[in-house]
Amino acid sequence: MSEERVGFFTDTSVCIGCKACEVACKEWNAIPEDGLSLTGMSYDNTQALGASTWRHVAFIEQPRPDGRTELPVVEGGASAQETAVDGSDELRWLMSSDVCKHCTHAACLDVCPTGSLFRTEFGTVVVQEDICNGCGYCVPACPYGVIEQRPHDGRAFKCTMCYDRLGAGQEPACAKACPTESIQFGPLDELRERAALRVDQLHEAGVTEARLYGDDPDDGVGGDGAFFLLLDQPEVYGLPPDPVVTTRDLPAMWKHAGAAALSLLGGVAACFALAGRGRR
Amino acid sequence: MVPPAEFQSYYGRPVIKAPSWAAPDIAGYFFLGGLAGAGSVLAAGAHLTGRTTTATALKVSSLGAISLSAAALIHDLGRPGRFANMLRVFKPTSPMSVGSWLLSVYGPAAGAAAASAVTGRLPRLGGAATGVAALLGPAVATYTGVLAADTAVPAWHGAHRELPYLFGASATAAAAGMAMAVGPTGENAPARCAAGLAALADAAVETAAERRLGMVAETWKEGRAGNLLRAARVLTAAGGLGAVALGGRRGPAIASGLALLAGSACTRFGVFAAGVASAKDPKYTVVPQRERLDEDGV
Repeated sequence: MSEERVGFFTDTSVCIGCKACEVACKEWNAIPEDGLSLTGMSYDNTQALGASTWRHVAFIEQPRPDGRTELPVVEGGASAQETAVDGSDELRWLMSSDVCKHCTHAACLDVCPTGSLFRTEFGTVVVQEDICNGCGYCVPACPYGVIEQRPHDGRAFKCTMCYDRLGAGQEPACAKACPTESIQFGPLDELRERAALRVDQLHEAGVTEARLYGDDPDDGVGGDGAFFLLLDQPEVYGLPPDPVVTTRDLPAMWKHAGAAALSLLGGVAACFALAGRGRR
Repeated sequence: MVPPAEFQSYYGRPVIKAPSWAAPDIAGYFFLGGLAGAGSVLAAGAHLTGRTTTATALKVSSLGAISLSAAALIHDLGRPGRFANMLRVFKPTSPMSVGSWLLSVYGPAAGAAAASAVTGRLPRLGGAATGVAALLGPAVATYTGVLAADTAVPAWHGAHRELPYLFGASATAAAAGMAMAVGPTGENAPARCAAGLAALADAAVETAAERRLGMVAETWKEGRAGNLLRAARVLTAAGGLGAVALGGRRGPAIASGLALLAGSACTRFGVFAAGVASAKDPKYTVVPQRERLDEDGV
């Protein structure tokens, strides 16, 4: 890695669900339309990350008997406890802009047989579209369900963290377009420090449910290049609670495959030894 | 352990993406690759012990199966014209890369072994090719277990220790079945023995896998996967029993052989279907991970 590792810190506590990130991403990366259906489940008609959706804003409506959580986004704003007393509005909204995590230990990259997926000088994970042959192995390998094959094209696509913009010294389109700085882009180390401070700030303000997700370099994927501040359990946002890179167990799998192959060879050899030479 | 009755998800949507692989292509390949690989081992044994009719039949069967495998694998690519990119790099972290290189050596060896056996020409080269195919065959038969397990798919990754053995046993059952179906009864004693062993191993490993999977084992027992795996168990057990008890007679030998082949195919299609089902339901991703976190006291 010749450059400093960069990433996203998505602070969902200030996401307003405007979907500017989704639009900016689609526009900048010239991603094709992938369905205009209404889900009926929420304001989320984008539904999920995929081959042609590299930012996805999740909308979660939660009935809260203690009233809605209003976050102190500006100095002197209402604190969580103050609005909690109100109780007239028994619903809270959670909004979160999801994206490829650009894992430290990226399963998609590990299992790619062609070398199409690679780690860039910025520490991000990118698909080379002129190499990808659409084998589809990266799709079930991703513990977050991010990468996908595009129908009628066959190749796999996902967020590049705007590799072209990074090369020109620009920040990714989604972060640029985000009006509330919910999506923050920068050197990963700086983002982690900033995120830790933000969680402390929220805890002090009484938002005890605030937690970081994907920030820990010791987690199952070695930490995410794109991590999050969440206000509920990860699975509520459609994120896996404890993702592990599948290739962590690959050495054990190869050992078992070797033992299985030798058992096959030995078992058949034993059968021939038992049966002796052919009768004719 | 009783799994928690409730779990949280985002509108019940899946967390991971199911593979977009077509079952006839990829589950079909798991079956055919196993038939080919284990078949090459039986063929070499028959070759060395003078069971020439069976040896030739198995060499032809392995060549046919591996050729169909290659066709299925290329057909399943999103960009079939770029299949040669599979040999662009060698990556031990990618079972698909390892498999591609394995097939690129095994395939020609199986082809040469079959061609020599059928034509009777270049017997020394044919013998060497038979040996190479027999050494690589077990790897071809078992690496597909790693191919499936090296994913985030709960029903596959959760059984990553057992899948190579299950696929190896299933492959041996299929190849022994083929040997009994096409070889003369006078030559089929080793195949009958292998069929019995493979059927026993298949049943034992599948039970072990289901125990290991915990609540995810539901995906091996329910729906399409459950039906296929139940059929596989019956067919493999009947085929194995028939092979050992009645395989000395032509009719029962053919029937047992066909049952074993069908059983092996059902096992592969069943495991494939279980994987897809486990990827589509967020329960199988969230609950085991949540239990892991709760056990660690997070």
